Amino acid sequence: MLRYIIRRLLYSLTLVAGVMLVLFLLYHVLGGSEMVVMRMVGKHATPQEIQNLRHMYGFDKGYPAQLREIVWKCLTFDFGRSISTRQKISTMLYEGAGPSLTLMLPAFIITVLLAISVALLCAYKRNSLFDRTIVVLSVGGMSISIMAYIILGQYLLAYKMRLFPISGYEPGLQAARYILLPLIIYVAVSTGSDVRLYRTFILNEINQDYVRTALAKGVGIMRLLFKHVLKNAMIPIITQVVIEVPFLIMGSLLLENFFGIPGLGNMSIEALGNWDFPVLMAVTYLGSLLFIVGNLLSDILYAVVDPRVRLV
Amino acid sequence: MISLTVILVYIIIALGVQTGLIAAHYNEKHESAKEIAPGEVRMMYREYEPPGRDFWFGTDLFGRDVFQMTLYGVRTALMIGLITSLIAIPIGVLFGAVAGYFGGIIDEIVVWFYSAVASIPSLLLLISLSLLLGRGLKGVYLAIGLTSWVSLCRLVRGEVTKIKRMEYVQAARALGASHTRIIFRHIIPNLFHLIIISFTLGFCYAIKSEVILSYLGIGVELGQPSWGNMIQTARQELLRGVWWQFGAATLAMFFIVLAFNLFGDALRDALDPRLKT
Repeated sequence: MLRYIIRRLLYSLTLVAGVMLVLFLLYHVLGGSEMVVMRMVGKHATPQEIQNLRHMYGFDKGYPAQLREIVWKCLTFDFGRSISTRQKISTMLYEGAGPSLTLMLPAFIITVLLAISVALLCAYKRNSLFDRTIVVLSVGGMSISIMAYIILGQYLLAYKMRLFPISGYEPGLQAARYILLPLIIYVAVSTGSDVRLYRTFILNEINQDYVRTALAKGVGIMRLLFKHVLKNAMIPIITQVVIEVPFLIMGSLLLENFFGIPGLGNMSIEALGNWDFPVLMAVTYLGSLLFIVGNLLSDILYAVVDPRVRLV
Repeated sequence: MISLTVILVYIIIALGVQTGLIAAHYNEKHESAKEIAPGEVRMMYREYEPPGRDFWFGTDLFGRDVFQMTLYGVRTALMIGLITSLIAIPIGVLFGAVAGYFGGIIDEIVVWFYSAVASIPSLLLLISLSLLLGRGLKGVYLAIGLTSWVSLCRLVRGEVTKIKRMEYVQAARALGASHTRIIFRHIIPNLFHLIIISFTLGFCYAIKSEVILSYLGIGVELGQPSWGNMIQTARQELLRGVWWQFGAATLAMFFIVLAFNLFGDALRDALDPRLKT
């Protein structure tokens, strides 16, 4: 068991190193290239201006020195200061995580619970009118652009009907007023694909032998669904959920941007407009790190629950 | 069958636009004479004309025909879907097949690299890459293509590790076929079902991504009609009650993405019996 955990841990560390390498290639090799720098300074920049910009981003050092710097920044979590706002990036990350979580945590929990219940109902009434309607609705819902949901939701519900504030944010309990509409939109956007996925997981279980055995033994259909099938179908469902959890702290970039919620997602979009590579890199790194840690935890959890996993 | 018909209709429209038979006047600014003050007649753009007999989907701020712009957007969207797939699929298939076939250290390196890429939040990776590559269709192709190969690579690798133990691969090796020949002539043709399913999914992903990138101002150039650019302009227009540009782009996009989703499901049911939905 301990050997398994240590092996997974070491593997996760190599993944973190891989993420650092990708960030280096992205923001320093490609970002520091002639092509990108020229676009950042504009056509009529003097050599001095170009030199200043390259110095500001650290492009004037050699690649080994830049790579060392990235590794050091990622390990110490000290990303320096933002290029556009001059704030400390670690403070920005800390302040942005709150609003993002305020929106995403309830949105995510509602989506998962709603999707599991609808998927169970679909599997229970397989091939009925209800099941087919839900499948058609979820495929239809998946095919609409998220932009359409956001723009239409904001226009109809907030602007026309004045049910919600159009955008803005206040910390504390007041936040509820502002996050309600983005929350509804998040649930509307993500429930469709989740229902389809969970329904497949549950239907996969329904075709198993133990279900037939239980039916033959005379187990009631409700008991069979909720006690036998759901328990087994929870394994792939939980894997899916665990994978999505780390992204909660990142918020939804587009929702936060449209509704003016000062979370990490909004921060990244602003950084994007300002060529603020250090901020973009920090947010990307934080998201990747959380994802890797989440996967590591779920791997260990499985090994604890299911002894077969340890042998792999 | 309906989904295939929809896809075919879109392809025909795209070809029509490409050859200049359809929507050739998408950029034409329509003007009409209007009387400003008594006796003073001035030529004005027919801006924001609601859908009607002359303009089926109305006109935009410059008096351009929204219907023709939507049709032109079909070409842009299909180009993006096609070219990003042409970038992503070879990368995914090649790396996946090589990793699965040779195993060992090569496999470890490929798996490590795509796991690291998959750990990075995909939207952030996509917008960063698109920002760095610059606005314009080329940047969009590359950014979407280079960020969407991972899932196919993972699938292909898994399948190839299974296929390489099959008798026909062993027979090919016993006959003295080279590794390259085995991979390209014997293994990759048997991955066709994975490739075609992943192509339909990738198409939807590409079309949806273009809209997001264009909204953020790092997608297709403004002069080029695309559904993303139309939705971005339409956001401001909605406040003035001009809904047709938004509606046209959203609907055009909805039908093609829906068709590809349904087509992909049908393909999966037909080609991959293990994944019955």
